[in-house]
Amino acid sequence: MSEYNFAYLDEQTKRMIRRAILKGLAVPGYQVPFASREMPMPYGWGTGGVQVSAATLTPEDTFKVIDQGADDTTNAVSIRKFFENTAGVETTEETEKATVIQTRHRIPEAKLSEDQILVYQVPIPEPLRFLEPRETETRKMHSLEEYGLMHVKLYEDISQHGAISTSYAYPVKVSDRYVMEPSPIPKFDNPKLEMDAIQLFGAGREQRIYAVPPHTKVVSLDFEDYPFEATKADHPCDLCGAEDSYLDEVIMDDAGNRMFVCSDTDYCRSRCTAGHVGRLAEEGAA
Amino acid sequence: MSAQTQFSGGFQNAPVDAAHAFRAAMTVMARPGQIRTVVGSVPPTPLSVAAGTLLLTLCDPETKVHLAGKADTGAVRQWLAFHTGAPLSDAVEADFAVGTWQDLGPLDQYRIGTAEYPDRSATLIVECTNLHQVGAALSGPGVKGKAYLSLPDIPRFQRNAALYPLGCDFFFTCDDKIAALPRSTQIKLEG
Repeated sequence: MSEYNFAYLDEQTKRMIRRAILKGLAVPGYQVPFASREMPMPYGWGTGGVQVSAATLTPEDTFKVIDQGADDTTNAVSIRKFFENTAGVETTEETEKATVIQTRHRIPEAKLSEDQILVYQVPIPEPLRFLEPRETETRKMHSLEEYGLMHVKLYEDISQHGAISTSYAYPVKVSDRYVMEPSPIPKFDNPKLEMDAIQLFGAGREQRIYAVPPHTKVVSLDFEDYPFEATKADHPCDLCGAEDSYLDEVIMDDAGNRMFVCSDTDYCRSRCTAGHVGRLAEEGAA
Repeated sequence: MSAQTQFSGGFQNAPVDAAHAFRAAMTVMARPGQIRTVVGSVPPTPLSVAAGTLLLTLCDPETKVHLAGKADTGAVRQWLAFHTGAPLSDAVEADFAVGTWQDLGPLDQYRIGTAEYPDRSATLIVECTNLHQVGAALSGPGVKGKAYLSLPDIPRFQRNAALYPLGCDFFFTCDDKIAALPRSTQIKLEG
């Protein structure tokens, strides 16, 4: 018998979060304020995602946590253990077996299904925050659908770098209305925001919850002559040879050697198990 | 009313029953046109199991509840007060309203949120005599292609959708079944 209430939070807190999630789903991309609680982990460790997961989980769920795509980083392991202890849910590292996936800064490579829920940990939920620091003003801008400033930012990218250089936290417009911060996922993941699963976003420190229902139109902002482009490192994965996955660059030594590996560890592992071999895995075997 | 119904009929295992009910409520709100089952409460008549369970899942002392028309009975008031502690209010101030479509009355009396805070709007729980995936054609966020739902009305839901991003959100309940219609959904009558 667990000494915690199911999924740690008290029932009144969960009801408050659940009401915010429902309003978030009803107005896709709009940031719903909620009374974020202090969690037994520091801000920046996913307290928003954890609270949304706690309000969403049922005892029958299978829970997966990824941090930058990896299942085995401190943050992911801690949150997985947290819910093993407080909710008694099954956990997994396999994307296909999970019913609720909490993520920091990546969308899994495997296509998510209708029965899955993706919960994002969001540091700064307001896409306009670095352009306009005042909350009163950004609220007004959202209410008036005044997003010219965001296009100016993208335009300045082009004028300085010759291309839209924003490579992560790339702003999107949801359902033709709200400009939304997709949490800092790489822009490679932006096209996947239109998916079959329910997407929930929780920002603990900033006290905001927002959501994207399944099959919702999500458009990355761009210009006719500079269209949006989902980019990744121009290499195959050195372990599994995947050419379609987002890659991390890893420095190997002080002689300039480096390798590229899938950021999604489960995707890479499942491909390696299936017999796919990348450049360095070949050398290792030889 | 007897003490037995006032104090009974709540969740047997509140955290788990509420978690299951919320998942169903979230699923239908995210996927307009889909129908799910919610159980766990036994509310006094005339409330349906689904409406009662939804109230126990979402309402507490922080939310004002409007009992519309025939749903406003002494038994329901006492049951709701005991299990949720939610204050009762009129339609104008309500966060949640429950009743039949006729009893809920004109939609323009409910809160639709403000331009800067569209989430500050009422959620209406509409008790229906039947709930099927036929009738009005739904499209928009959460719907792949088209979905169909037996709505009790069409023009009034269309007017509500036209207020987007303001407007009310709706749950439809019938026995232990629920469906939902968020303000983001476009509604069309198909012949």
